[in-house]
Amino acid sequence: MKKYLIPLAAALALAVTGAGASAQSKMKVGFIYLGPVGDLGWTYMHELGRQMMVKELGDKVETTYLENVSEGPDSERSIEQLARTGHQLIFTTSFGYMDPTLRVAKKYPKIKFEHATGYKRAPNVGTYSGRFHEGRYIQGVIAGKMSKSGTLGYIASFPIPEVIAGINATILGAQTVNPNIKVKIIWVNTWFDPGKEAEAAKALADQGADILMQHTDSPAAMQVAAQRGILAFGQDSDMIKFGPKTQLTSIVNNWGPYYLRATKAALDGSWKPEDTWDGLKEKMVLMAEYTNMPDDVKKLAQDTEAAIIAGTLNPFKCPIVGQDGKEVECKGGTALDNGQILGMNFYVKGIDDKIPGK
Amino acid sequence: MGLVEAIILSVIAASTPLLLAAAGELIVERAGVLNLGVEGMMIMGAACGFAGCWLTGSAFLGALFGIAAGMALAAIFGLMTLTLAVNQVATGLALTILGVGLSGLIGAGFVGERITPAAALYIPYLTGIPFIGRILFGQDGFVYVSIALVIGIWFFLYRTRGGLILRAIGDSHTSAHALGYPVLTVRWMAVLFGGGCAGLAGAFLPLAYTPFFIPGMTAGRGWIALALVVFASWRPGRLVAGAYLFGAVTILQLHAQAFGLGIPSQLMTALPYLATIVVLVLISRTRNAAGSAAPASLGMVFVPDR
Amino acid sequence: MQLVLEKRAERSAYIAVASPLIAIALTLITMSILFAILGKNPVMALYVYFVEPLTDLFTLQEIVVKATPLVMIAIGLSLCYIANVWNIGAEGQFLFGAVCGSWLAVVTNGTDAGPWVLPAMLVMGAIGGAAYAMIPALCKVRFGASEILVSLMLVYVADLIMDYLVRGPWRDPQGMNFPTTAAFDPVATVPTLVEGSRLHAGAIVALIVVMLAAVMLGRTIKGFEIRVVGAAPRAARFAGFNSKQLVLFTFAVSGALAGLAGIIEVAGPVGLLQPGISPGYGFTAIIVAFLGRLNPVGILVAGLFLALTFIGGEGAQISMKIPLDLTKVFQGILLFYVLACDSLILYRIRFIRTFRAPVQGAA
Repeated sequence: MKKYLIPLAAALALAVTGAGASAQSKMKVGFIYLGPVGDLGWTYMHELGRQMMVKELGDKVETTYLENVSEGPDSERSIEQLARTGHQLIFTTSFGYMDPTLRVAKKYPKIKFEHATGYKRAPNVGTYSGRFHEGRYIQGVIAGKMSKSGTLGYIASFPIPEVIAGINATILGAQTVNPNIKVKIIWVNTWFDPGKEAEAAKALADQGADILMQHTDSPAAMQVAAQRGILAFGQDSDMIKFGPKTQLTSIVNNWGPYYLRATKAALDGSWKPEDTWDGLKEKMVLMAEYTNMPDDVKKLAQDTEAAIIAGTLNPFKCPIVGQDGKEVECKGGTALDNGQILGMNFYVKGIDDKIPGK
Repeated sequence: MGLVEAIILSVIAASTPLLLAAAGELIVERAGVLNLGVEGMMIMGAACGFAGCWLTGSAFLGALFGIAAGMALAAIFGLMTLTLAVNQVATGLALTILGVGLSGLIGAGFVGERITPAAALYIPYLTGIPFIGRILFGQDGFVYVSIALVIGIWFFLYRTRGGLILRAIGDSHTSAHALGYPVLTVRWMAVLFGGGCAGLAGAFLPLAYTPFFIPGMTAGRGWIALALVVFASWRPGRLVAGAYLFGAVTILQLHAQAFGLGIPSQLMTALPYLATIVVLVLISRTRNAAGSAAPASLGMVFVPDR
Repeated sequence: MQLVLEKRAERSAYIAVASPLIAIALTLITMSILFAILGKNPVMALYVYFVEPLTDLFTLQEIVVKATPLVMIAIGLSLCYIANVWNIGAEGQFLFGAVCGSWLAVVTNGTDAGPWVLPAMLVMGAIGGAAYAMIPALCKVRFGASEILVSLMLVYVADLIMDYLVRGPWRDPQGMNFPTTAAFDPVATVPTLVEGSRLHAGAIVALIVVMLAAVMLGRTIKGFEIRVVGAAPRAARFAGFNSKQLVLFTFAVSGALAGLAGIIEVAGPVGLLQPGISPGYGFTAIIVAFLGRLNPVGILVAGLFLALTFIGGEGAQISMKIPLDLTKVFQGILLFYVLACDSLILYRIRFIRTFRAPVQGAA
């Protein structure tokens, strides 16, 4: 009996004192994830970003994540659990964590917080997101060139500004090469339901869309497009292995460099609560290899990408005309300003549909 | 391919997992047992089905893995509710928690892997017939199994002695027991059968519908299957109608959006549930119409007197 | 050998006490094996799950916060289940109550409405939950439709009603189009009990509910009626108890409690209405009701215990990197053991040897 009691006591003692002495020298960094780390979509890409950051910084950091944290009453507790267990930098990776993050941040002024895709900041809360619409614009250009039917199929999740800005950017890009381009939009009211995404993809293909694009997480739509022999764009990650002959390109959410930068800043004391909105230039948004298209289209896509990176092309450059035919106020001088894009709640001219709930 | 044909094909595919799971649950409920753990058994079937297919390279063997996984969970349910007489509602809910967790553990290693999905039937000439060819002769094995399953269940329930006993047990376990029928044995078999069907339904998703595995990919289809059994008023024929109706509403709602009709999508999504309630009320009012109401012993614990 | 249950003449008081202990012991053994297989230190894991959350004021308060809605809903459900009425749609009643109460918070948002707002919201939440529960109850007594299934269907409908409202009419005008209402005003918010903590007045409401239920079940005619109708429906008919009225009564009470829990959760820890306000409280509460053996005090203990496993599971993810799925497996196994052991209070297990007559003339 004694034989078993000793390791038991030792284990208890270890548990009581925390993770042991080695933790002292490392900085603990925490992540709050919306889905499971294996969702192949949004959360998965944050997890890859975390892994990249850990690989770069090695034993300077110790990271923890909490997965499947719902955006309801539990999230505030989960964030605070990380704050209380010695994490000095905490990334909360979904919009719904905005108010809980701010509430916890107020209670722990010495801890640094980074909230993804939100718009409220505090002295110890920064925000970060990607200018994903830049990638959408390139996809629009490609789609406009590649579509034979002139109809694109768009699987959308929820009518929030980011998704609407994505649809608009796509159409604006497509209109540069095909002024008569049409888009059919299906709202599936979920980020993640492979079956439903596949059903929406089929419905769009059945109604004549020959290029599918999605703002949902799973590779289901890519597989449907592959079966139907039409083309598609991936989302969140490079989905080429789900459609080797189907994927034109994919928007890749590349969080790693940002996580590295923010963590390094926290390590050397230079961290500030910033509003980071990086795009292709800063490589937070990457385009997967341009495939399954002729060389001239590929060249056009690459040129468009280069122009956006160089700053000579802005997807939302003025004038922008809304569905009602009126020109949208141009608050940014030559293009819409960030606030207009982050709060976008209108369709541009050329979209023959209306935003749900509006 | 015409639009109508395409829609019908989509509806069949969307309805198949619901039909498979609901067919199993129909037998379970007809035997007087309410297993609310369908979602848990389905997601286990999905994880193990995918794992099986990945390991063996065969979608058929994968489907068998899925069936086995569903039956394994059902066996836990049987042990709890039949052998140990624990409340069925609580056990079924706990079973879903367990199934979701276990499937996540099992499936974690298979996320992002690819398999060759179950092949669709192809018969020269027949599959090529315009309109009906693909619908009748171009489906994958799961679709044919689901239809055969419902026909088999109908035959079993209404044309065999075993089916009569099963229905008798579901309607009054005490009388059936008094008549000497093995109540618990029959219920055990029904529960295992239901688990196998749910496992197969789950396996359909990663093996045929969307050929990859992601945790939680059943996305509530197990609960819809439960609703369908009620909607069908525990009758196999109506189950087919109900499952296809449900699939049709889902698919048509998407098409309505793509046409830009502008109906609130929440209303469309809620329609099948509201319809189920209405049907339930209607069939309950006319409960004299032979055997249309719920099995009388549904959800009740049975411990034989000795 | 065959395993057979035999009804005990009366509940075994001895097993009633021992049962949870046996269940926990079995869980510990099973999970130790599982943790060992997965290469985690089982002793430490179990410590993190069960003991560590109890050693700290923050986690203790969070346990209470998590348990509050579970206990309130489960108390209402227990009344139904004792009376043999099967309400499993508490999730829908929770959501509908939250929606009804939130309406007032939304329309008074930004006005100078006085301190009457919160009490009125709570009343509306309770009424909303009760009204929503009346649908399956009336379908049951008027048409004989299964209340299990109608109440379950209505969960989805409530979810979609809420979804529609927060994405459409009730959306925060300053909220960048995200599907939430505006944050509730202070007069529409449940006050916290401790400065800087999430522990809110709802916990006291839950305690009062537990006490009222204990008194009602133990000391009132209504409580006696509920128990008699559930245990012996025929006898209850002879005693002149109206079982239809009881269906309506128990559904109304459980719906009201679920609705109240819903509006307290929204006006308390969340502070606004948004999709995902309930991580399945209405379903988890069913398990709580049975874990607590349909007894008010038992439910209080069971609710706190289940909350402990949630908080402990989070701690295990942080300090031991134990995946969340393993926590779910752990909860599932624990529930099975507890429910199975409780069966021994009413039944005795007998192993009978089954003799097979030797088959004669077999080939």
